Amino acid sequence: MSLVQVTDLTVEFGDLRAVDGLSFTLAHGAALALVGESGSGKSTVASALLGLHRGTGARVGGTVEVAGVDVRTAPDEELRRLRGAKAAMVFQDPLSSLDPYYAIGDQIAEVYRVHTRVSRRAARARAVEVLDRVGIPDARRRSRSRPHEFSGGMRQRALIAMALSCEPDLLIADEPTTALDVTVQAQILDLLHTLREETGMGLLLVTHDVGVAAESVDEVLVMRHGRVVEHGPVADVLGAPAETYTRKLLAAVPRVDAPRAEFPAREVRGGASPEGRTQAGPDVPSSTEDVVLEAVGLRREFGRGKRAFTAVDDVSLTVRRGETLGIVGESGSGKTTLGRMLVGLLEPTAGEVRDDGHARVGVNPAVQMVFQDPVSSLNPRRSVGESIADPLRARGERDEVRIRGRVTELLERVGLEGAHYDRYPHEFSGGQRQRVGIARALAADPRVIVCDEPVSALDVTTQAQVVALLAELQRELGLALVFVAHDLAVVRQVSDRVAVMRQGRIVESGAADEVYDDPQDPYTKQLLAAVPALDPEVAARRRAARRELAAA
Amino acid sequence: MTGFTGFALRRAVGAIVTLLAISVIVYVVFYATPGNVAQITCGPRCSPEQVHQVAQQLKLDDPLYLRYWHFLQGVVVGQDYSTGTSVEHCSAPCLGLSYQSDQQVMQIIVGKLPVSLSLVLGAMVLWLLLGVGTGVLSAWRRGRLSERALTGVTLAGVATPSFVIGLVLMIVVCGQLELLPFPEYVPLSDDPEQWMWNLLLPWLTLALGEAAYFARLTRASMLETLAEDHIRTFRAYGVGERSIVGRHALRGALAPIIALNANDVGATVGGAVLTETLFGLPGIGQELVHAVNVVDLPVVVGMVLVIGFFVVLANAVADVLYAVADRRVVLT
Repeated sequence: MSLVQVTDLTVEFGDLRAVDGLSFTLAHGAALALVGESGSGKSTVASALLGLHRGTGARVGGTVEVAGVDVRTAPDEELRRLRGAKAAMVFQDPLSSLDPYYAIGDQIAEVYRVHTRVSRRAARARAVEVLDRVGIPDARRRSRSRPHEFSGGMRQRALIAMALSCEPDLLIADEPTTALDVTVQAQILDLLHTLREETGMGLLLVTHDVGVAAESVDEVLVMRHGRVVEHGPVADVLGAPAETYTRKLLAAVPRVDAPRAEFPAREVRGGASPEGRTQAGPDVPSSTEDVVLEAVGLRREFGRGKRAFTAVDDVSLTVRRGETLGIVGESGSGKTTLGRMLVGLLEPTAGEVRDDGHARVGVNPAVQMVFQDPVSSLNPRRSVGESIADPLRARGERDEVRIRGRVTELLERVGLEGAHYDRYPHEFSGGQRQRVGIARALAADPRVIVCDEPVSALDVTTQAQVVALLAELQRELGLALVFVAHDLAVVRQVSDRVAVMRQGRIVESGAADEVYDDPQDPYTKQLLAAVPALDPEVAARRRAARRELAAA
Repeated sequence: MTGFTGFALRRAVGAIVTLLAISVIVYVVFYATPGNVAQITCGPRCSPEQVHQVAQQLKLDDPLYLRYWHFLQGVVVGQDYSTGTSVEHCSAPCLGLSYQSDQQVMQIIVGKLPVSLSLVLGAMVLWLLLGVGTGVLSAWRRGRLSERALTGVTLAGVATPSFVIGLVLMIVVCGQLELLPFPEYVPLSDDPEQWMWNLLLPWLTLALGEAAYFARLTRASMLETLAEDHIRTFRAYGVGERSIVGRHALRGALAPIIALNANDVGATVGGAVLTETLFGLPGIGQELVHAVNVVDLPVVVGMVLVIGFFVVLANAVADVLYAVADRRVVLT
């Protein structure tokens, strides 16, 4: 009998059918990935496996059998015994998924005791044991820490330890690495892989990231609108996709190992600047008047006295007309702080920002910003047209007819409709909201736009569209872009030059292809080695290489 | 607890500054208002000479800032007062002498304080038990009939003025059922049992109204916590609903309860006038109202300061409890 048997599963929330007639099986010890974009229903399936929809008002149809338990009809008590003991779940955000008020060891012990009826002391010992198993150093002492005292990767390890505590037959991992940095992601995926080899438990991985799936599973099930698009062995589905949607999805995934895709229109652009750009060495300006934005010895500290922390430490860079400078780094590397100083949202502690060779005073409207989260960076109580008009009004424009005309033009420029002026942010999808954010940045007629993680909140297909829009705008308006992101592949796909940041410093910079194909700094090498490969074979080879690297 | 001494020190300094600010405001408001204090103190039948004499005795001719300075001196080092025939020493912290009785204000307050503290602390225990208990229960039984009934009762509790509750309690319990004698304050040191029986109705009166607020707050913040991700984790691991509500959700809901409690305890020390009056308890609130009525300014100023002291103290205790409840809080 299979470990998981899902037949004709439907889940409805009110009028919305999130999962629509889904069937699949998972054998003991096998690994399956549910891959899909947001809204595809993949997380809903994961919740349905543990019967988490019970009592929430969602309507569940079809049958779900996990480890011999019929999840839909089992009495509450039987379902409770399934959860955690036979099938355990690891969630996306390890910080919010743990109780902030209790020690991590106590939380694991509590779960263990629910299912085993052992003494407190024995449960505590078990907690230390599993924490040690997932690689928490000094597990006995750290088991007394609370979640906020752990780093993101350690929290995810702790959550995996909780899942392991009762030795389940099935591990359900819902986007287990989405909130993590790429190097930490690689560690967690490797850990899951090792644990699976050792314990023989089955894995159901839910992810939007095709690369993560390629690294971790034997079988892939691609989902869209609650239905199966394609289902098969990972090498087949990712290597030779049969369905158009799968092909489209794979094509949209930015590749870290391929050079920047040249957009066709790029070649028709006349003038000296493209040639000047490609010929110029990474940090030698082709001519000084081409430099539109320059940072010299930027430094930024937060806090005072003992708690002082240097977020950005002596960073210098130049941005030339019409080029894209990618700034890549993990969380805490100072890339966002740097971006904010370039725009003038933060004052540097030392060093200066120069526009066209002149030290900047105050804020320069010619340098604009596009923010990461298109939801929180737009005022939900004002129409998008009003938001886009802000820079115009700030400049002193009072003529309502002209403002409306210009905003309409901008909306159309970014691929929206002029009639969207009076709509509110919640009426738009994530990608459309980000387009609104771009339109707002364009309203000030900037020469430089600093994009802080502009696509990290978006699905890959939407991501590709927004990246294409930015490239098109750059080409037509001669904009310079500073593209700040943690995603190495995206940065490669958009940048002429890249700077790799770590702990507030630039460790390596140069032409994008040079940095990616021939990294010099060990940190850059480590970062690139951690990026999940789309090809399962390559992924396996990389994993072996990482193991050797760790063993050495 | 690391940094606790530093926290206590900063907090103490903050408290002193707050109290100083209160004292300045109160002093200016009461002493700089129009009206002849000497005349009021002396009484309506005093001759102008007598009024003048009183004014001199009270040093009313000195400028306000000088009088305030003397007042502060009294608080810090104590002060000597001549009562015409003898010199009386008022030791620090000296809040001056009552215009009416020539008694030391501090002594008046110290005499009333046990009554007020007995009332407030006892009522606090009751309102926390009743309020938080009801809140937990209605968060646990959310959506069911019993929860709706509880919500209705607590809403009625919020809406009913405390003196109505007190009056009804007294009439029913003492008058008709004759379960308890009509309350009369018995000091704790005299007879703990009588102390408790006599305070039971005042406690209930204060606590029932308060408990309703706590029930609503507890319910709301528990429901908020129950919607958080970590609750989902424990559900997904088969932890029972009782443990989820009682252990995880309640813990998350404690912070606002602590904060509200500190405010209410501080405010009730001087603000339980209605309850005190209704049950004839000679507490701070009653004394304050009396002092205001007869324009006994030193008593008013002293009482306001003491009440302020309790509010500040209660909030400092709350901050410490807050940090104990949530280790992420850094005491600064």
